[in-house]
Order: sequence, then C-alpha cells, then structure tokens
Amino acid sequence: MLDWYFWLPLLVLSTSLVASGFIFWINENRSQLRSGINLTAAVLKIALVVIILLGVMGGEVYETRFALLADIDFVLRADALGVMFAGLSSVLWLFTTIYAIGYLEGTPNRRRFFGFFGLCVASTLGIAFAGNLFTFLIFYELLTLSTYPLVVHRGTAKALRAGKIYLIYTLGGGLVLLMGVLWLYGLAGDLSFYGRNHLDALAVTQPAALKWIFFLLIAGLSVKAAMVPFHGWLPQAMVAPAPVSALLHAVAVVKAGAFGIVRVVYDVYGITLTWELGLLLPLGIAAAVTIIYGSIRALMQEDIKKRLAFSTISQVSYIALGISLFGPAGTIGGLVHLLHQGLMKVTLFFCAGNYAETLGVHKIKDLDGAGRRMPGTSLAFTIGALGMIGVPPVAGFISKWYLGIGAVAASNYWVLGVLVASSLLNAAYFLPVLYRIWFRPQEQPWPHERVLGRWDTSLWLLVPALVTAALSLLAGVFAASGFSPLTWVELITSREYLP
Amino acid sequence: MNTFFIYALTGGLLSSLGLLGFILHRHLLRRLMAFNLMGSGCFLILTGLSQSHQGVDAVPQALVLTGIVVAVSATALALVLIRRWYHLTGQTSLPEDVQSLEKTSSKEAQG
Amino acid sequence: MSSLLQELPQLLPWLVILPLFWALFSLALGVLYRHWIAGVFIFLLLATNLILIGQWLLLGDLYYSLGDWDVPLGIQLRLDGVALAMVTVTSLVTAACSLHASTYLDDYPRAQQYFWPLLAFTWASLNVIWLSADLFNLYVGLELLGLSAVGLVALTGQTEALGAALRYLYAALLGSLAYLLGVALIYSGYGQLDLPALSGLLESDASTRLALALMTLGLLLKTAIFPLHIWLPPAHGKALPPVSALLSALVVKASFYILVRLWLEAGLQVVVPSAAQFMGALGAGAVFWGGWMAWRQTELKMLVAYSTVAQLGYLMLIFPLMVGVSPTAAQLAWEGGWLQLIAHALAKAAMFLAAGNLVLAMRRPDIIGLHGVGRFLPFSLLGFGLAGVSIMGLPPSGGFMAKWLLLQSALASGQWWWLLVLAGGSALSAVYIFKVYQQCYIEDTEVDNFRHPSLLLDLSSITLALLALSLGIFSAWPQALLATALSGGGV
Repeated sequence: MLDWYFWLPLLVLSTSLVASGFIFWINENRSQLRSGINLTAAVLKIALVVIILLGVMGGEVYETRFALLADIDFVLRADALGVMFAGLSSVLWLFTTIYAIGYLEGTPNRRRFFGFFGLCVASTLGIAFAGNLFTFLIFYELLTLSTYPLVVHRGTAKALRAGKIYLIYTLGGGLVLLMGVLWLYGLAGDLSFYGRNHLDALAVTQPAALKWIFFLLIAGLSVKAAMVPFHGWLPQAMVAPAPVSALLHAVAVVKAGAFGIVRVVYDVYGITLTWELGLLLPLGIAAAVTIIYGSIRALMQEDIKKRLAFSTISQVSYIALGISLFGPAGTIGGLVHLLHQGLMKVTLFFCAGNYAETLGVHKIKDLDGAGRRMPGTSLAFTIGALGMIGVPPVAGFISKWYLGIGAVAASNYWVLGVLVASSLLNAAYFLPVLYRIWFRPQEQPWPHERVLGRWDTSLWLLVPALVTAALSLLAGVFAASGFSPLTWVELITSREYLP
Repeated sequence: MNTFFIYALTGGLLSSLGLLGFILHRHLLRRLMAFNLMGSGCFLILTGLSQSHQGVDAVPQALVLTGIVVAVSATALALVLIRRWYHLTGQTSLPEDVQSLEKTSSKEAQG
Repeated sequence: MSSLLQELPQLLPWLVILPLFWALFSLALGVLYRHWIAGVFIFLLLATNLILIGQWLLLGDLYYSLGDWDVPLGIQLRLDGVALAMVTVTSLVTAACSLHASTYLDDYPRAQQYFWPLLAFTWASLNVIWLSADLFNLYVGLELLGLSAVGLVALTGQTEALGAALRYLYAALLGSLAYLLGVALIYSGYGQLDLPALSGLLESDASTRLALALMTLGLLLKTAIFPLHIWLPPAHGKALPPVSALLSALVVKASFYILVRLWLEAGLQVVVPSAAQFMGALGAGAVFWGGWMAWRQTELKMLVAYSTVAQLGYLMLIFPLMVGVSPTAAQLAWEGGWLQLIAHALAKAAMFLAAGNLVLAMRRPDIIGLHGVGRFLPFSLLGFGLAGVSIMGLPPSGGFMAKWLLLQSALASGQWWWLLVLAGGSALSAVYIFKVYQQCYIEDTEVDNFRHPSLLLDLSSITLALLALSLGIFSAWPQALLATALSGGGV
C-alpha cells in the first residue's frame, strides 16, 4: 500500500540517494547524462520538500518509522524545524549542483565527486528529518563519511592532509556524540524529538549526569559546527573545490552541527530544562567566544577562502548564541540566521570560486579592480558581504535585529556588546575587500585569467551566485511577507517552543 | 589406585613429555612426533581417567578411536606439508618469527 | 506454506551430508564439471538453509539424532537461534567465496583440483560445529575444520603459503590437544559430554577448572586471540583471497563459538567474574595490538589480516559483559557479541575478496600500488570501501549496531573500561582503514596500467559488503534470532 505520510520523508532522501547511485554507475565521460540526473533529482527534491512544507503548514504529520533494533526505531519525521533545514539544503543543493557542473567541467573524477555529493545531501536531509537522537547520529556519521571524499577530491598532499585533519576532528566528535547519546539512552531510553519534557523527572534525580551528557552532546556537535576550540578543521578543509566549500562548509556540515545543537536544546532537553540546569549560559559564552575569535582570525587572513572560513566559524555561532538567549526573539534570531547565513555564505563562496577560476585570484590583495572585470560576481559578493555585516535590507540584518531584541528581552546586555563588536569586526574584514574590488584600479595583470563566455565568467558559475545573492536580499526585503524565512521561523517558534 | 588410573598417569607423563618436546624442538619432524606423543597421552588419559572413576565404559573407547583416526590424518597432512617445505626451502624448521619469513620470501622473489 | 514446512522431513543432517557429498564428487571428478557441481550443491545448500529458517520460525529449535541413537551414546544435532544464524552466515559467505574462486582460480590451475573438495569439507565441518551440542563432536568438527583450512592455506604450494600453513597446522594441533585434554577431564568427572546436560552438573572443583582452563587455552589458540595470534596474519595474509576470506570470516569464529557455548551455556555457574575480566583483557589487548600492527603493515592483505586479529578482540568482550552482571546487560552483550561476529564475518570476507581483487589489479601487494585505483577501478574499490565502514563500526552498518549493543551493555553493567576499549578500538580501526582509503585518492599517472578483474570478482565482494551494511538497517531480524537462543540457553 502506498502511504504518502509514511514514505514521503524517505522519498525526499532517496531522490539524491538514487541519483548518486546512478551517477556512480554511469561512465565518467557521460557528463551530460550525469548533469541531467543531478538536476532532475535536485528539482524533484525541491518539489517534494515543498509538498511536505505545505503539508506541515497545514498540520500534517509525515513519518517514516521502522525498527532498527528491538527497542530502537529508525524515525524520519518532517516537522517545521526539520523542513526549514531540508528546504535550505535542497534549494542550495540545486544551485550548488549547477555551479559545480560549471566549475568542474573537464576535470577528472567527476563521477566520484557528484556521487558523494549526492550522498552528502542525502545525509543532510536525513539529519534534518531525523526523529530521534539515534537516527540523527546515523546520518551525522554518514555525513562525515560522504564528505571526506569531497575534501580530499584533488588528491594533492595538501588535500590529503586536510582530509586527515577533517577526519580526526569529525570522527572524534562523532565518538564523543556517540558517548553522549549512549549515556542518555541508558538513562532515559529511546529519545524521540517529539516527546515533551521526558527528561524532567531525570533532572530531579540525576542533574549531574544530565549536565555531563549535555556537555558531551554539545561538544560532539560543536566539532561540526566549528565552535572554538573544535574549529581547526574548517580552514584546512578550504583546500577542497569551491562548490564543496560552498555547500558543505558553509551549509551542510557546519549547519548540521548547529542544527544538532538546536535539536538537543529544544527537542531533547527542552529549552526550559536547559535553562533550569544552568546550561544556556555556558553555551552562550562558548558561542560568544567563537564569534569574536573567528572574526579576529578572519581579519588576519589574506586568502579569500580562508577569510570566509573564519567568517563562517564566527557566523555559525550566532545560531547557538540565539538559542542561549532564553526567549522567543533570541530563538527567532538564531534560527533565521541558520537560513540567512546559509544563503549569504554560499553566495560568497561561489564568488570566491569565480574569482579563482576566472582570474586565478586567491589572495585578497590581488582583487584590486575586480569589480570592473567581473561586475556580476562582484555585485553578488557585495550583497553577501553587506549581509554578513548586517547592513539592511540584506537578510543578515534581520537575524542580528532579532538577536539584539532577544538579548534585551533576556536582559543579557553583554550579548549586545558581542553583537556590536562582531559587526564591527565583520565590517573590518569585509569592507576593505569591497573597497579593493570596486574602488582600487587594477595594477597588475590577473594571475591566471581565462575568458569564459561573454559575461564575467561562465553562466554556470555566474547565475547561481546571482540567484543566491538575490535570495538573500529578498529574504531581507520581504521578511515581513508570508513566504520569507522569517515567517517560517516565527511559525516554528510559535508552534514548537512556546507553551 | 587401579590399573586405569595408572594408564591415566602414564598418559599425563607422556603428554607432558610431548609438550616439552614440542616447545624445545624446532625440527618439524621432531615436533610432529612430539605432537603424536602428546596425542597418545591424551587418549590414555581419556580412557584411563574416566574408567578409573566409573569402571569399564564404551564411550571413551569409541571417542579415542575417532581421535586416533583424526590424529593419523593430521599427521599425514603434516608430513606432506613438511616434505614439500623441505623440497622448496631445504630447511627442516620454520623461521623463528614471521618477519624473517617475509624476508626470506622477498629475497627469493628478488633472486 | 506452513503445513508444507511442517511435513517436510528433517533436513538438519543434510547441512552436513550435502557438502560431504560435494567433496566426494569433486574429489572423484577432479577439475571436470567443477563449476556445475559447485553450483548445484550451493543451490541445494542454500535451499536447505532457507527451508530450515522457515521450519525454525514455525517450530522453534530443531533436534535430530543420527541413526535414531539418543544422547549420550548417539550423536545429536541441534539447531537453535544462534546456530541458525551461524549456518546462514556460513552459507552466504561460502557461496560468495565460491563465486569469487570460480573466476579467481583461473590463474591457479594447479590449485583447482583440491580447492573445491577442501572448500566443501570446510563447509561441512563448520556446519558440524554450529549444530553440535556435544564436546566431543565439537572436537571432531574442530579437527576436521583445522585440517581442511590448513589444506586451503597451502593450496598454492608456494613457500610463503606453505610456511604459513605449517605454522597454522602446528598451532591448530596444539590447540586441539589442549581442548581434548579438557574434554577427557570433563568426561572422567561427569561421565557426560552433552553441553545442555553439563550446564546443570558442573561444579567448581579443581579438576573442572583445570579442564575449562585447558579447553579455553586450546580454543583461544585456535581463535588467534592475542597474544596467541602469531600464526594468523601469515596464514590469512598469504593464502589465496577466497581462502583468506573464508578463514577470517568463518573458520576462526568456529572455535570462538565453542568457547562461548562452553563458558556461557555449560559453564556459567562455574566461571568467575575475574576470569571473565581476564578474557576481556585479552580481547582489549587484541583490539589495540591488532589495530596498531594493522596500521604498520605495508601490504594490503596483511593489513586486513591484522585487522582480523583486532576485530576478534571485540568478540572476547562478550565474557566480561555477560558474567556476573544483570540479565539486561547480559542480554545486550549476548546479542551484541553475536551480531559483531556476523557483521565481521560478512564485512571481513568482503574486504579480503576486495583486497584480493585490488592486488590482482595492481600486480603488487603493497598499499602504495593503490594510487589511481579510485579512478580506474571504482568497482574493485567499492567492496573494500563499503566493508571498511562496517569494520570501523560506523553507521549504518552491522558493525555499528553490534558495537552499540556492546556499549549499551558495558554501560548497563557499569563497566566503563570496556567502553574505552570499544571506542579506542573503533578510532584505531578508522586510522588503518582510512590509511588505505587515502591512497586511493592519490593519482600519479593519467594512464590506466591496471589489470581489470572480471566483474564477477568485484560482484562477490560488493554483495557481501552490502550485506554487512544492510545488517545495520535490518539488525532487528538477527537480533530476534539471537534473543531466543539466550532464553533457551541457560543464562
């Protein structure tokens, strides 16, 4: 019997799973067929996510569930929060795929690349829809496995070294997370994300154990979320091809960690319990330290991608910071930043890739005059950078606004200080780049220029950057309309977290 | 103390001797004989000890018969292998450790 | 359907008789029709296996007395949940290895003649062991298994393999004798060799303890548990790939199986927690030493062989996690231990077959030869890659589920030190597996210099690896099988 409500979450996953199966199967040389499969699957996935989204809005429940072990179920369930992450991943998968097709044209091992790319998106979707900690853990580890080949894709000594560091961090983090899940499971049994207050009784009897478990869970997750001091892998991993950096290290992997933190705080412990156990403040401090540290390090980088990487480290922690503010506004600010940062950061990485591919520019000092040579790319880059700083009306402003309101509401005025300081730092490391691009004349020839089509660069590379830039602008301008990320996050907050 | 128990004791003695030989000797044939000695000792213990407790019993004798058949086939297999080993390497014992085994084989491959 | 299953005659003895017939046929006919004969008998065995699963689900544990002679004089075969799981895994792994060998042995015409009879013989002896509940039958099974396995190792007749085979033979013989001595002591003490009967009888006196110690020592030697593992890496590393797969996946497990039956079915009232902890400590030693040695190997197949040493260590944790703990923890350990055995059997067989294919393709045995494999030989690599996931114990794989259960058990019984062993062992296995993976991404040349193995070779390893992975998704099924065996056992 075909039961939509049962199969739909699994179906969303399988679109990219099946696609990657096909891609592994077909010959390396058949790039057109491969692109066709990729794009079809990506569009299909978006369509399915939209169906789920509309259903969830109407209060439907989609759940895939079967027994893995005698007392552990495999659960995929679409709730508002999961759909948000799934929507982000599937939309960005489409654009990144388009970008990657252009970016990797003519290079070897594309079959392997796109195959693991699909697997990685499937794991991200699994993380989004995971209905209990155990299922989450499965996909969390699967994400590590499927991203490793992408990080070492180029096969150079540098890439292999980055891959090794990546593995040490992520597998180590996975192990710590496993221990946390195991311990919690031993105390409380199979933990669905949809029960309410199932740890409250334990909090009375075993508060110390719960605190330790929280520490283990968050430590394991913050490795992928690249929170200080577990951030070391991210700048290294920038050796990967640009689309990988774009999707994985600005969206999938780091967001999987941040999303996991959201799940643990809201759906495993419950925000009230976390607050009562006094765990929100340490989380907030860790996030604040990461934000400031990441920004300062970003300031010191000369390589474009490295600067973006440290900027990611800093920006992703806004999510944790928002959570740690005990109140709806902070929640909204943190969650909406998960979407906004994804859109803006993916834009920035696309642009960085365009500069590298078209002009051979990797260092910031070589960007002088790039605006005249590549106006489209530079426009997209500018929008992304302004958004990161928090300039209205780009989406980043909305996140920071709500975070600020949340800080005031929770009377955490130091958070305001952090926000202001980090915005200033953001400005300090992005504005000089913009200045070089637009206002400095080109002084020396581009290191390695290639002419790709009559625009800035190949349209495969340009269009995704422009579209994501436009989306991050629209998400800010139309934040109050019915279809913005903000509205959806408000729905999540009102439906799930407020009593 | 009855006859059966003396059998068992002898068996124990033989097994210990065999074990000692197995440990001390490196020559493959000597080790094989030591193993056979141990085996015979075991069989004596198996028949002797149980019958000294419970009187004459058909089961251990049946077991030992099976055991002897197995031991004979094991000895045959070992002999075939030892012979082939001697033909190939001209040696009557195994190298001391695994690493040196690898070294000899790699030398052969080069030569 | 169900009435049909009930009315079928007892098929239990055919699990032993069929492979014996196969051995006779192929010995008599030599290389003539070898593939046809193998095909027919494998089909018959798989069908028997399938019917037995149905019968077991319907009727519960099955018993069969050979020639209608009852215990203690006759020989009885017993099929409980664990035995059924082992029989099934044996069928799957051996069938895949046969498929692999049918093509792989084309390069070894001289080995053809004896491979098939020995393979069939190995299968028969394995089934004897899984189905026996009698200490002496187990001894006979163990000896037969040892002899056929040694024969398989020596198959190529080359120096390395021969040396490894001799070393293996001596270890096996020594182990068997230690075991037999224990059997002699048990029989003289209790006049019984039947395991279920012994479980109520055993007393904690000196001679029983000596007997158990001797049997344990012998079985540890045969299972190649650290520090008695020296013979294993050359035997498994230097044999032909289908043989290595069979040996690592099944043959070493047979003596472990007897060990578990002995300790946890017959001797649970006698064994003390400190002894169980000691067994666990040996396991921990195996996990770390094996992992470390695996990481240091330069030859692909030797790396895989040392990985077996390490993985066998996990199995030993079943003893400390089951002796002297709460029933819940014991139950988890029991299921986790067997699941680990099954997952390792499937994954390691897949890994050895894949390693064999890769070595064949590279024309050299060392890991450096893997450069460029990812590009030119993705399918040969796939089997290795997927199997590695289960060996590392990462989800979604049978290895992960098994480790989860073991970890849960360690937590439930408060033995946190085994948590460390499991976690550390997983980390170590990731280190040596990724050492191999990493080489596959390096490309020295644009030219494809590899020999491309036949698709059948790759297919057999990929099938096994996929089975090991899907075990993680469908582990509720084997778990149900293993759970019933515990309640039927004596714990």
